[in-house]
Amino acid sequence: MIDLKNLTIEKAHESLVKGEFTCKELVEAYLKTITEKNKELNAYLEVYSDAVFQAEEAQKRFTNGTATILTGIPFAIKDNILIEGKIASAGSKILENYKASYDATVIKDLKKEGAVLLGRTNMDEFAMGSSTQTSAYGVTRNPVDTFRVPGGSSGGSAAALAGDLTLAALGTETCGSVREPSAFCGLVGLKPTYGALSRHGIIAMGNSLDQVSPFGKCVRDTEIIFNSLSRYDKEDGTSVPDVVRNKMKAAHSGAKKIGVPWHLFKEGVDKEVEENFKQSLEKFKKAGYEIVDIELPHAQYSLAAYYIIMPAEVSTNLSRFDGIRYGYSANKEVDNLKDVYMKSRGRGFGKEARRRILLGTYVLSHGYYDAYYNKALKVREKIREEVMNAFKNVDYILTPTVPITAFKLGEKMDDPVAMYLCDIFSAPANLAGVPSIALPSGISSNKLPFSIQFMAPHFHENNLFEVGKKFEEIR
Amino acid sequence: MNIKDVENLAELAKLDMSGEEKEAMLKDMDSILGYVKQIEEVEVGDVKPSYDVYNVWREDKIEPREFSKEIITEEFPDKQDGFLKVKKIL
Repeated sequence: MIDLKNLTIEKAHESLVKGEFTCKELVEAYLKTITEKNKELNAYLEVYSDAVFQAEEAQKRFTNGTATILTGIPFAIKDNILIEGKIASAGSKILENYKASYDATVIKDLKKEGAVLLGRTNMDEFAMGSSTQTSAYGVTRNPVDTFRVPGGSSGGSAAALAGDLTLAALGTETCGSVREPSAFCGLVGLKPTYGALSRHGIIAMGNSLDQVSPFGKCVRDTEIIFNSLSRYDKEDGTSVPDVVRNKMKAAHSGAKKIGVPWHLFKEGVDKEVEENFKQSLEKFKKAGYEIVDIELPHAQYSLAAYYIIMPAEVSTNLSRFDGIRYGYSANKEVDNLKDVYMKSRGRGFGKEARRRILLGTYVLSHGYYDAYYNKALKVREKIREEVMNAFKNVDYILTPTVPITAFKLGEKMDDPVAMYLCDIFSAPANLAGVPSIALPSGISSNKLPFSIQFMAPHFHENNLFEVGKKFEEIR
Repeated sequence: MNIKDVENLAELAKLDMSGEEKEAMLKDMDSILGYVKQIEEVEVGDVKPSYDVYNVWREDKIEPREFSKEIITEEFPDKQDGFLKVKKIL
């Protein structure tokens, strides 16, 4: 029996090298938990029938000495990341039977390493949501408490990892979609610098914000995945070239100065979450970190700016789903082209997608463009400046990851703004493009995970790993 | 925003929606716009939006690609002789 609960990527790799178990045995152990638990959790939408075959192929690399740290490591992949020949539905009915015609760059890289792709995981439709309840394929349940949501939009990947239905998982972030489910499921979630990992082959929601983001059971796991997948990709126009990366990378380790923007959470934060945050701060103080108050006066407008910029990009991106070239089409039931568009999109998109398309169309329309979209871009710029200025004085910015703990299934579905507020602390990192890591920080009185998040300057992921590992020692 | 605006937006975005849903959307729009409106009060001065946004160009060179024609054409909702078929436009 493999002890899946305490397994990490490094431990699994060591065991595979020593021959304590084989890639096939490891994958079969996960397939067994999937059979036992996935019906209830609905973490996976599909488990790939070739998973064992992939494991056998990976095993050969241990025999011939070409294995790397990710060889044979089972991965769960969010349903908006393309894998050639496999369905990628983005949690939407409009792509229900859509088979990808190429591999996303991150998938190409995982295949090159010999990682095993177990299956595709549930998500909010087109990554629009914070609870995985807007998926066209039913809700995903939180393995920590199955009456609660796992967070979202990458809730399927989070639930798969937290429930030991995989050893590693990829999600995507546009605004908190990996950090918030990490918080709700007790995992580590890393949102890398914008442009660090390739977006080629990711079904876009908000291009100027989207970023592939790894989940891990520990900081080291996210570090391993990040190091394997972070690279320049010429297929992605916003991928950051190596010379720029190297210039921005952290020059020193031992960063010890933490800034806390207290004014951002004067209200709206759960009492217990705040208490846990203060206790975490104390632990850092005791460990020799310097804690200072910082002011980010514009950051309080982050979520408002985000809910203008993102829908604008959504309405543009989702215009490609029109029932003509692929995906759901009403073409057999109507006689003219316009009705193909109207009916295919009207039936194919779920409610939240329709809501955001309308909102985006509105903020981009003549007469409102300046008041909403242009203004939001300027506010974003202000926030970015402010965050970068803060980093002249501190090494990290620390906040709770989410103002609350995991909520019950069915909650917040009728109140979009209440749902959006789950990501209030996530937005500044996405808008500024800086990396951020969510770290488990304890358990609440009703046994739900707490989480804190660090932000660091662009391409300072190594500092996040360093402080994250420190917290794993002292928490 | 009023119901006429919602109808107009749905038409622009090519989304077929029932009258009932449009009413519900109007309510949602009001609440979301009510929230995002707070950016009006922000003094941004003369900050240039996204100063580091620039076009990324590449040479228009033919490069071999691994796309399979079969996988792509299989996805077509309607086709004829291997071509994508759409409704008559003219």
